[in-house]
Amino acid sequence: MLELRGVTAGYGEFTALWGVSLRVNAGEAVAVVGPNGAGKTTLMRVISGLVAPRAGELLLDGRPLNGLAAHHIVARGIAHVPEGRRIFPRLSVADNLRMGSYLPAARRTARETLERVFSLFPALAERRLQLAGTLSGGEQQMLAIGRALMSRPKLILLDEPSMGLAPVMVLRLFDLIRRVREEGYTILIVEQNVRQVLALVDRAYLLETGRVRMEGRANELLEQDFVRKAYIGI
Amino acid sequence: MDAILIAESAVNGILLGGVLALLALGLNLIFGVVDIVWIAYVDLVMLGMYAVYWLVARFGWSVWLAGLAAVALMAALGVLVHLAIIAPILSSPPVNQLLATGGLLFFVQSFATFLFTTDHRSLRLALPTLQVAGMYVSFARLLAFGVSLLAMVGLYLFLTRTYMGTAMRAVSQDREAVALMGADTRRIYLVTSGIGGAMGGLAAVLLILQYSVHPHFGASFGPLTFMICVLGGLGSMPGAFVASFLMSEVISIGGIITSTEMAYVVAFVIFIAAIVVRPQGLLGRRA
Amino acid sequence: MRRAVAAAGLAALALLPWLPLGGAHLYYLHVLILIFTWAFVNTAWSLMGRFGLVSLGHGAFIGIGAYSAVLLWNFWRISPLIGGVVGVAGAAIVAVVIGYPCFRYRVVGHYFALVTLAVGEVVRLLIIAERDWTGGSLGVTLKDAAKDAGGFSLAALQFADKRVFYYIALAVWLGGLAVWRRVDRSMARSAMEAIGEDETAAACVGIPVTRFKLRITVLSAALCAVGGILYGQYVTYLNPETLAGIGVSLQVVFAAVLGGMYSLLGPTVGTAITIALAEYLRVAFGVKLLGMAETIYGLALILIIIFLPEGLYGTLRVLAIRRRATATAPGR
Repeated sequence: MLELRGVTAGYGEFTALWGVSLRVNAGEAVAVVGPNGAGKTTLMRVISGLVAPRAGELLLDGRPLNGLAAHHIVARGIAHVPEGRRIFPRLSVADNLRMGSYLPAARRTARETLERVFSLFPALAERRLQLAGTLSGGEQQMLAIGRALMSRPKLILLDEPSMGLAPVMVLRLFDLIRRVREEGYTILIVEQNVRQVLALVDRAYLLETGRVRMEGRANELLEQDFVRKAYIGI
Repeated sequence: MDAILIAESAVNGILLGGVLALLALGLNLIFGVVDIVWIAYVDLVMLGMYAVYWLVARFGWSVWLAGLAAVALMAALGVLVHLAIIAPILSSPPVNQLLATGGLLFFVQSFATFLFTTDHRSLRLALPTLQVAGMYVSFARLLAFGVSLLAMVGLYLFLTRTYMGTAMRAVSQDREAVALMGADTRRIYLVTSGIGGAMGGLAAVLLILQYSVHPHFGASFGPLTFMICVLGGLGSMPGAFVASFLMSEVISIGGIITSTEMAYVVAFVIFIAAIVVRPQGLLGRRA
Repeated sequence: MRRAVAAAGLAALALLPWLPLGGAHLYYLHVLILIFTWAFVNTAWSLMGRFGLVSLGHGAFIGIGAYSAVLLWNFWRISPLIGGVVGVAGAAIVAVVIGYPCFRYRVVGHYFALVTLAVGEVVRLLIIAERDWTGGSLGVTLKDAAKDAGGFSLAALQFADKRVFYYIALAVWLGGLAVWRRVDRSMARSAMEAIGEDETAAACVGIPVTRFKLRITVLSAALCAVGGILYGQYVTYLNPETLAGIGVSLQVVFAAVLGGMYSLLGPTVGTAITIALAEYLRVAFGVKLLGMAETIYGLALILIIIFLPEGLYGTLRVLAIRRRATATAPGR
C-alpha cells in the first residue's frame, strides 16, 4: 500500500533521512525502530506531508504523494498520530474527535464512526464533554488515536505512542493498538519500546542516522543483535 | 449626583458595550486564529461606515439594505486584506506584521482623507428617544445593542456547532495538528478574515446610526478596541466580551462624573495597571 | 574612503547656513532643522525597534519632554535647560514603570506593542483632558523670553536666528548617532540580539534579560524626550495630536522602518524622505492633495515590509556589503 523509494529529507541545512526505502502492505503492521535522532519522526512527517522530501518517491496504492500538502494526504487516506499526541487541549473530547472527521467524506459517516471509536475506547465515551487538556496521558493517547480513526484512513501512522506513559498504561496501549489492528487498519508505528512493539507487528525496520540498517519479519528479529542495535546503536 | 443620571449612564454604558464587543470580538477572532493583530481594523470599519453613509445619503438606499451591503463589502475586504497583506507576512517577525497592518492604517486613513475630506458626515436619522423608568435611552443605542447581542450569539453557535467553527478554535491551539485533520489552514484563515470583516461591517452599520464618520474615526475607537482585546486576554472571546462592558461602563459613568476625556484616561490607566498585574489579561492564558 | 566621505558630508552640513542659497535660504534651514530633530527621535526609537521591542507609543515620551519644558517655562519661568531635565526624567520614569512589569512578565511582541500604544494614548488624552493648563487640543504656545534678551536667550533656549537652532539640531542628531553606534558596539547589542533570538535561552546563559531591555527602553525614552524638548523650543507651539498619541508614534516607526531600522543612518534617510515628500506635496499642491502624502507612505510601508524588510537604505547597504564581499572573496 505505502511505498517509499530512496527518500531523502531534512530541515534547512540538515539532512535527517538518506535514501530511505520501505514498504507497508495492506493489512500489515510495520514498525520502525532505532536510537534517538535516527530520523524516525522525520520519516513520519515526510509521509504525512508536514515535511517535503528533497529526493525520492512516496507512493500510496501506486499513486505518488510527493509534494502534496498535508491536508491532501489525509484525504488520500493516511492519518498521522503525531509525537506527543497533539490533541487540542481546550476543545472537548467530542470536539477533538469531530475535528478528526473534518474531511467531507468522513463527515457523512461521522456519527457511525464515532460510535465505533467509543466502543473501542469506552473511557473516551465517559469523558466526551471534558476538556482534552485535563485528560491523563494515557487517555490523551487514546483520544489521539481515536481522532485519527475518525478520518476513516487506510493507513495509520503512530509516532511514539508510548512516550511519557506509565508502564501499566503502555501495556494497555499496545493492547488497544492490537485491537485497532484487528479492525483491519494498516499500521506504521515508530517506537522506542522495541520488545513490546515487535510483539505487535509483522515486520520491522531499523533506522539509524537516517538510513535503513536492517529489516525483517518481527519473529525473526527478536534477537539480541537487533534489540541491542536499536537501543544503543552499536 | 443624581442617582437617575448615574443609572442612565450605566445603562448607556451597557448599550455602548454591545457595539464595542462586536469590534473586539472581530479583532480577537482574527488574532486568535491567524495570530496577527490588525492594527488597521477599526479604520476598515470606518470605511464600512462611509459605505453605508454614501449608499443612504447619495443613492437613497434604505438603511437595512445599505447595512447588508456594508457587511458583505467588509467581508470581502477582510478576505482581500488577508490575501494581499497578511498572507505574505505570516512567517515574518512580529515587528514586521505590526508594521504592515500599521501601514494599512496610514493608507486607509489618509486615502479616506483624500477622497472624502475631513468633514464629519452623519446620517442624521431622527431616531426616537425612549423613556424608561425616568431614564432617557436612545433607540439607536438599544437597537445596536440588540443586534450586537444577536450577532454574538450567532458567532458563538458558529464556533461551537459547525466544523469550520471548531476548526477555527482548533487552529488557535495547534496549527500543525489541524492540517493533520485534513483541514486546509489557508482556507480557514480566509474564512476567519471574512467573518472578522463581516463583524466589522455590522459594527459599522450600528456605529453610523449613532456617530458621525470622518477619516480619523479609527483614532477614537481604535486604541480602545485594542485595549479591550488585550485586557480580556488576546485571543479569548469571553475575555473580550467581559472587558468590553467593563471599559464601556468606566467610560460612560466616568464621563458623567468627570469629563469624557478624563474617563478615557481612567479607562486606559486601568488597562495599563491590569496588564502590569496580570499580563495575560483577565481571561487569557499565560504564554 | 568612507571616513573621507563622512568627513566631507559633515563639513558640508556644518557650512550649509553660510552658503548662498538664495531667497529660500531660511526655508531650507527650517526643513533641515525638522529633519535633524525627527531623525534624532526616530534613531532613538530604532534602538528599541531593532531588537524586537516595537513600541507604538513613543509619542508619550516626545510629548512628556516637550510639554514639561514648555509648561514649566510658561508658568514658572523655569529654564528649559532645567525643565528639560524634568521632562527627560519623567519620560524615563514612565519607561521604567511600564517597562519593568512588561519585561519581568514576558509581555512581548504584539502585547507589548499594544501596551505602549495605550501609554501613548494616555498621555495624549491627559493633555487634552487637562486643557486648563495644557491648552488641550488647541495646543499651547511657548511664551516669549523677555524682549530685551535681543532674540538670543540661552537660558530660555529661544533664538530668533534659525542658524543657532540649525547647529543645535545638527549637534543633537550627531549625538544620537554617536549613542547608536556606542550601543551597537557594546555588550548590550550582543545581549539584546541573543534575547531577540530566544529569551529563555539567553536567561539561562545568565543574561539579565529584564535589565538589558529596561536600559534600552529608558535610553530610547530619554532621547525621545530630548527630541521633543528641542522641537518645542524651535516650533514654539505644541499640540497633543502632533506630539503624542498613535499618529506621531506610527510616523516615528514608519520613518525608521522606511529607511531601515537596523542601520545607523537608516532612520535618518527615512526621515529625510518622509519630510521632504510632505514638504514637496504641500508646496506643489497646497491643500488640494490633503492626505496624499500619508497615503503614499502607507502604501510604501506595506510594500517595503513585504518586499524589503530591511528598509530602503538598509537594503542598499546590504547589497553594497555583499558586492564588496564577493569582490574580495578568496580564490578569485
